[in-house]
Amino acid sequence: MAALGGRCDLRRLPEWYATLFSGFYLPLLLILVCLIVRGVAFEYRAKRPEEHWQRNWETAIFWTSLLPAFLWGVAFGNIVHGVKIDQDFNYAGGVLDLLNSYALLGGLVTLALFTFHGTVFVGLKTVGEIRERARQLALRVGVVTALLAVVFLLWTQFDRGDGASLVAAVAAVASLLVALVAARAGREGWAFALSGLTIVATVAMLFLTLFPNVMPSTLNPEWSLTVTNASSSPYTLKIMTWCAVIATPIVMLYQGWTYWVFRKRIGTQHIAELVH
Amino acid sequence: MDLALAPETLARWQFGITTVYHFLFVPLTISLAALTAGLQTAWVRTEKEKYLRATKFWGKLFLINIAMGVVTGIVQEFQFGMNWSDYSRFVGDVFGAPLAFEALIAFFFESTFIGLWIFGWDKLPKKIHLACIWMVSIGTLLSAYFILAANSWMQHPVGYRINEAKGRAELTDFWLVLTQNTTLNQVFHSFSAAFLTGGAFMVGIAAFHLLRKEHIPVMRTSLRLGLVTVAVGGLLTAVSGDTLGKVMYEQQPMKMAAAEALWDGEQPAPFSVFAYGDVDKGHNKVALEIPGLLSFLAHSDFESYVPGINDTNKALQEKFGPGDYKPIVPVAYWGFRWMIGFGMASLSIGLLGLWLTRKKFLLPAAWRTGEDEVPHLVLFRNPLRPRLTRLYWLAAVWTMAFPLIANSWAGSSPRWAASRGSSTACSRRGTRSPPVSPRPRSSPR
Repeated sequence: MAALGGRCDLRRLPEWYATLFSGFYLPLLLILVCLIVRGVAFEYRAKRPEEHWQRNWETAIFWTSLLPAFLWGVAFGNIVHGVKIDQDFNYAGGVLDLLNSYALLGGLVTLALFTFHGTVFVGLKTVGEIRERARQLALRVGVVTALLAVVFLLWTQFDRGDGASLVAAVAAVASLLVALVAARAGREGWAFALSGLTIVATVAMLFLTLFPNVMPSTLNPEWSLTVTNASSSPYTLKIMTWCAVIATPIVMLYQGWTYWVFRKRIGTQHIAELVH
Repeated sequence: MDLALAPETLARWQFGITTVYHFLFVPLTISLAALTAGLQTAWVRTEKEKYLRATKFWGKLFLINIAMGVVTGIVQEFQFGMNWSDYSRFVGDVFGAPLAFEALIAFFFESTFIGLWIFGWDKLPKKIHLACIWMVSIGTLLSAYFILAANSWMQHPVGYRINEAKGRAELTDFWLVLTQNTTLNQVFHSFSAAFLTGGAFMVGIAAFHLLRKEHIPVMRTSLRLGLVTVAVGGLLTAVSGDTLGKVMYEQQPMKMAAAEALWDGEQPAPFSVFAYGDVDKGHNKVALEIPGLLSFLAHSDFESYVPGINDTNKALQEKFGPGDYKPIVPVAYWGFRWMIGFGMASLSIGLLGLWLTRKKFLLPAAWRTGEDEVPHLVLFRNPLRPRLTRLYWLAAVWTMAFPLIANSWAGSSPRWAASRGSSTACSRRGTRSPPVSPRPRSSPR
């Protein structure tokens, strides 16, 4: 999915993609390595029965999932906060400039939020002991997430927010809190939908504070990337919009069907039949 | 910027290495998806145990490889922004459309149905589960098509105009990008080469197990399926290679002149079998040639004129200003030969195998074998001697690697040639083009 995000940038906002990917070189390299190891790990883990083989891949999955979740937040934090973009739309800062406190907080927020979302999902799809453990973990992670998110969103709002972004921020925090209550009550379906909504509202909030910029320059406001100077031509945008309008409902239809096929909760008793 | 450790040189090497590495998995998974789907169809129709086991076996290999294909594809994705950001700025508006289609129409489709296929064995009705793997196969082909459209645009840009104010190329006719003859010919050549690759992979692994007398019923079936795929895929690869070559002579004369090490235009032009020359001075010292054949390959006519590297260089200088538009000729020349050589070697081993393992027709009844026996290799009336038999099986094992080698050269060498010719042609603000063409995630050739 992360990779798809990158591709969408290239499509709609070629300038943004170019500045972001070349400017944030080292963090993106790290994300890339993580995505590679992680993708291979999912496929290879169950291919051999030895315990150490599986344990090593599990360790790999843990770290390579944790790092991108954190780094995406750092990247987002920097995008919102603004970076040193020169007049050619090239990033002029160094790696350490990207590790400012606002961006690091952003990293912690995405890490906590994604972890919460994941634990709620585990609770939704499992039975028995795993479900109960997931529920308890979700509560603890959820409280931490709420604290971090409130600080981060307030900071963002005071920094460059407006009325619309305030609404999105309130929606994000409210849905997160209700998700927590739902998780506590064992209503995982609601908790999952609401934690998803929190992610959507947070992203919406960040872009609303940015608009019409998509990546402000801290050197000179004139050098900021905006929706107009970074976008594709009207013809290309039109084609892509038509493609999205037609294809997205179809994608949602078959993905919805997938959820329906795999709607049942599973437990350890089902694992044997998954290994071919 | 010709220094060995200049950033641009390193970025070019990186692009070349990651692209070739990615492209080991791409053709393999394109064909393995379809072959697995075919085997599962056979199981659903006949309910024979061997087809089910073959489906699971090749399906597992397909999944292992596609996992690698996907993750190496992310590198392609990222490096366009990370290493070639100016290039992305220049072409982003054109590339956007085919890549958006690829993601929305092909990639989501493919990955969703892969998930359904992996975990749906016990949850879906048999025929719907079968439909899932066919959807995966259609998804891989569609995906390759859109990526090849983007790649063909790099080889031969059409349907765009240069926006001087923004300093970039802008799309004006998307349909043309999708249907220009470069795209169609590349798709034809890449798809057939993908099946040659997957067929040879199947032949190699089946031969390995038959040599060790393991899993005989499954591997017998797989061997035959692989051999037929190699034969059909290989022949189509040759045909499509010829038509693609003709298109390139028209659109990218420099690429083909370099691939043939034809320094000066000739009428009629010979096909070079072996050449060794002086690249700086621009001529060959040793050349072994077949007269007139190159003219035929270029224009279906043994007498026609074919322009050489030096002539084309001059023409490009007149058109685009001073500079050296020559690619690295030895890489293009030898890459082209390795590509054809290994591809055709694999085809020959496949055709030979098809004849040696023939079943009913033309095979003396005494040598016919049952489902659970390793087939005899019968050349005329009697089986080959043990040593020759073993030799053929070993060759069949090795043939698995041949198309992979051929693909790697196909991906690297003519592209080196192409990079300076056509991409420079479409860029007027001196935007640097990548050394080889783009191939995000899954795309042939």
